[in-house]
Amino acid sequence: MLSRTADQIYWTARYVERAEFLARILEATLRLSSLPSNYGGAGTEWDSAVLTSGCASAFYKAHPYADEHNVREFLAFSPDNPSSIRNCLAIARTNARAVRTALTVEMWDALNGAWLELRQFDSKKMGREDFARFLDWVKNVSLTFDGSAYRTMLRNDAYWFSRLGVGIERADNTARILDVKYHVLLPETEQVGGSLDYFQWTTILREVSAHTAYHWVYRQSVQPWLVADLLILNRQMPRSLAASYDTIVRHLDLIADAYGRRGPSQRQARAMLDKLAAAKIDGIFQSGLHEFITDFLRDNSRVGATIAEQYLI
Amino acid sequence: MRIEVFHDTVYTYATPARAVTQILRLTPRAHDGQFIAKWRLDIDVDGRLHREEDGFGNIVHRLSVDGPIGRLAVQVRGVVETTDTNGVIRGGTEPVPEGVYLRDTDLTRPDEAILRFSRDVTAGATQPLEVAHRLLVAIHREVVFDVVPTHSATTAAESFAMRRGVCQDLTHIFLACARSLGMPARYVSGYFKRVDGVVDQDAGHAWAEAMIEGLGWVGFDPANGISPSDAHVRVAVGLDYLGAAPVRGSRFGGGGEELSVSLTVDQSARQSQS
Amino acid sequence: MAAFDEMGLGNGAVRPAYRALKAWLDSAPSELLDLRRSQAEHFFRRVGITFAVYGDTQDTERLIPFDIIPRIITAGEWAILRKGLEQRVNALNAFLRDVYGPRECIRAGIIPAELVDRNPFYRVEMIGRKVPHDIYVHISGIDIVRVDADTFYVLEDNARTPSGVSYMLENREVMMRLFPELFAEHRIAPVDNYPDALLATLRSVAPEAGRRNPNVVLLTPGQYNSAFYEHSFLADKLGVELVEGSDLYVRDDVVYMRTTEGPQRVDVIYRRIDDDFLDPLTFRPDSALGVPGLMNAYLAGNVTLANAVGTGVCDDKAVYSYMPEIVKFFSGEEPILKNVPTWRCREPEALSYVLDHLPELVVKEVNGSGGYGMLVGPHATQQQIQSFRKKLKHDPAGFIAQPTLALSTCPTFAASGIAPRHVDLRPFVLSGADGIRCVPGGLTRVALKEGSLVVNSSQGGGTKDTWVLDA
Repeated sequence: MLSRTADQIYWTARYVERAEFLARILEATLRLSSLPSNYGGAGTEWDSAVLTSGCASAFYKAHPYADEHNVREFLAFSPDNPSSIRNCLAIARTNARAVRTALTVEMWDALNGAWLELRQFDSKKMGREDFARFLDWVKNVSLTFDGSAYRTMLRNDAYWFSRLGVGIERADNTARILDVKYHVLLPETEQVGGSLDYFQWTTILREVSAHTAYHWVYRQSVQPWLVADLLILNRQMPRSLAASYDTIVRHLDLIADAYGRRGPSQRQARAMLDKLAAAKIDGIFQSGLHEFITDFLRDNSRVGATIAEQYLI
Repeated sequence: MRIEVFHDTVYTYATPARAVTQILRLTPRAHDGQFIAKWRLDIDVDGRLHREEDGFGNIVHRLSVDGPIGRLAVQVRGVVETTDTNGVIRGGTEPVPEGVYLRDTDLTRPDEAILRFSRDVTAGATQPLEVAHRLLVAIHREVVFDVVPTHSATTAAESFAMRRGVCQDLTHIFLACARSLGMPARYVSGYFKRVDGVVDQDAGHAWAEAMIEGLGWVGFDPANGISPSDAHVRVAVGLDYLGAAPVRGSRFGGGGEELSVSLTVDQSARQSQS
Repeated sequence: MAAFDEMGLGNGAVRPAYRALKAWLDSAPSELLDLRRSQAEHFFRRVGITFAVYGDTQDTERLIPFDIIPRIITAGEWAILRKGLEQRVNALNAFLRDVYGPRECIRAGIIPAELVDRNPFYRVEMIGRKVPHDIYVHISGIDIVRVDADTFYVLEDNARTPSGVSYMLENREVMMRLFPELFAEHRIAPVDNYPDALLATLRSVAPEAGRRNPNVVLLTPGQYNSAFYEHSFLADKLGVELVEGSDLYVRDDVVYMRTTEGPQRVDVIYRRIDDDFLDPLTFRPDSALGVPGLMNAYLAGNVTLANAVGTGVCDDKAVYSYMPEIVKFFSGEEPILKNVPTWRCREPEALSYVLDHLPELVVKEVNGSGGYGMLVGPHATQQQIQSFRKKLKHDPAGFIAQPTLALSTCPTFAASGIAPRHVDLRPFVLSGADGIRCVPGGLTRVALKEGSLVVNSSQGGGTKDTWVLDA
């Protein structure tokens, strides 16, 4: 298939995934900020949301401080934020439109319908409840789009490139949450039973929709290193780094088999997965969680660049 | 006159380009007033240089280089023996019907001001040669040579409105005027050996040719206000700058392109000894 | 001026080809028709068949209105049209071969040299060059109007990148879904083999040096182009890649496309971008839509462009006025399809006549299209007429004029019920190395405003399904 087609499918998937991620950040932050202050994050939760979203420099250029009002607007609706939910969906739709015939009708309908509906949300008149409904709607768009891809696409390279987009974007998003919150996961900062940290940890779990999964997996109260273990190393947890790399490696292998040629992206992705599979959470903490995540973010974007180089341009 | 040309163009890319393609109109053809004694075009990287002829009969080289390319130099070395023909061109290659040279292009389309100007300065002139000479003199007088305000995409009308421009702009104005009076005219790019003895130049030269009944194509150099003489080396013709441009290029990938040109046009040493 | 109605609305006698349709329309309850109309609209919205309107920033994607009442052409009428179209398109190709080659028609005085030489679409780059299989216009759309039972005129030749064929196909698709009973009652010649015919035509003109299985692609300016839907629709139906300029590159005079499996050679490019944008190294240097070096590959004979570069010289409206002579000169036959009588404003006598009769005439820009830059005298305000008078005096050669034709009408849904509206017809004619192909019918465009003669979609026109009845 055309490199550009693959590229646009890949980015469609990435932007839909990113929109959902932003919705989850906003949802978890809303929840955290609605707690009484001695349970919550001492008023820094909106800053934290901005940091996690990865748009900090653009945000602080436009706003002197972060509060619910301006963060909501910036992350969800701002036309000036290239990664706002609105822009993510618009860019995803533009990409999809260019490769319409490579997508299924269901996928197109999901995105095009969302794009049309998006224009009806008026952020100015939106109270908290309406906003929560909007975030639900965003998550639903992503679920519908992703579900349509899963249920209707032919299992060929078009599908595989869309899965790569999801995998790379998810790995990046999860790692970014960890990067911003790593200090609350560190064993040293643990103040046993401290309600402040407890709500921070559960916020992280909510951001990756793993609050329930945590209890199923570990069957104990929320412990910071287990949260890190779940998000980094647990291959059953769909948004963990390890699970993301499972997906990436599997689909890169399918592409390599179909094209009869392996290349640097297969090698790099496999090396990432091997590293995650061999790692233990204690070891990660010992040599530094922050360093680990920083390295991971860099390597993940290198894999993305290699995929682009090998297939998409 | 025996004229020697050294013309180097160096491109550098801050981010290396993945591929570069260029069309080079840097090789003159012979005609009665111009004999090509020696001419060589080289590039300093591995690439393919393919020689062909374009629609106007110009010799073009198509250059394609696969990257990554951080630097690319195009080098021209040549010696041409010229004789003064009073600007009349004979013995050249003419694949294009004359009528084509009446066509306006985006760069030469006249506006009201140019139309009025060309009518006014040629009023009363009956002979085509006189018409063209009047245009030559008037444009040279009216439009000041100035490298500052114009660029390669400036139109004749824009330059005329400022009464400023470089040889390219003055030539475009001449073309706009001549064509508006029903006289086929074309753009010529080439080299000019300066009379003031200055050898180092920033860029090649450009002038016009008009089709004069009874004489054929005759050159007019509005930047210098003269007819081309044996100091002019004629390289390529076109409807406007774009058709005769020495270099048109495109690159895939890369960025931060910088261009440096070094050009000397001098009388060849051997000639001056004789 | 009473227009000829193709069904016979208004004068009592229903023409035979329309009898069954008329009976059905009379008997169908209006709620059913309303329902079908909204279903049709729903269908078009769902498939996303939209077009962009220039200068419309609010909502850049609009639907072309579709009228569910079909337009009917008899087998006999079509047989004549078909022959005339073939003759016309052969003449267009012969004319192009000639003006880029020996220029015999100019020397013979059939057409003034300046109309060719000064035409911006007469491409210097193509003079003296051969194109693969000597075919220039592979895909043409010849606009036909009708004024009475027997008279068809060619209104315009479109020999560059004619569009609209996707509407022809989708209109038929939706009609077959909504009105199966009508299709059972009529014997309607199918059009859905058009993509096959197009692909066969494109493959037939692959360069001689081409491989046994030539790679055909469709080159689009991209999704912001007004006809993007059609490009993606056709690429899909043809089963070829829909490429943008940046998907292609040229190496050693061969065109390749960038694929996930590496470079793949391209043999035939069905290009839906104008000459000016094809190759920034030869044409407009600011074009980001084209492929640098494409012209070299083309002139080296390694790739076929459909249509060829430089076909615009045969479809401007000044050259149009010479088409009857051109047809005769190259075919040795009388033209089967007539031209609309045309005044060439470049000729002083014609100009003075036109200036004296502006309120009755239609004046068109020689190089305009899409119904822009056109004056419809009888419908124009005094101010519009004055402004055209000025334009004409300023640049007479830039205009032609024609009588205001009483274009035929077809029954059409209007706010007031079924009413006659003016129509034209654009059949699509394909020329390959193995002959001419033309699916029966074409795209019927209809001016939805009462009395309007402008059928262009950008100016409020709609479309209809066009039925050619089998004898």
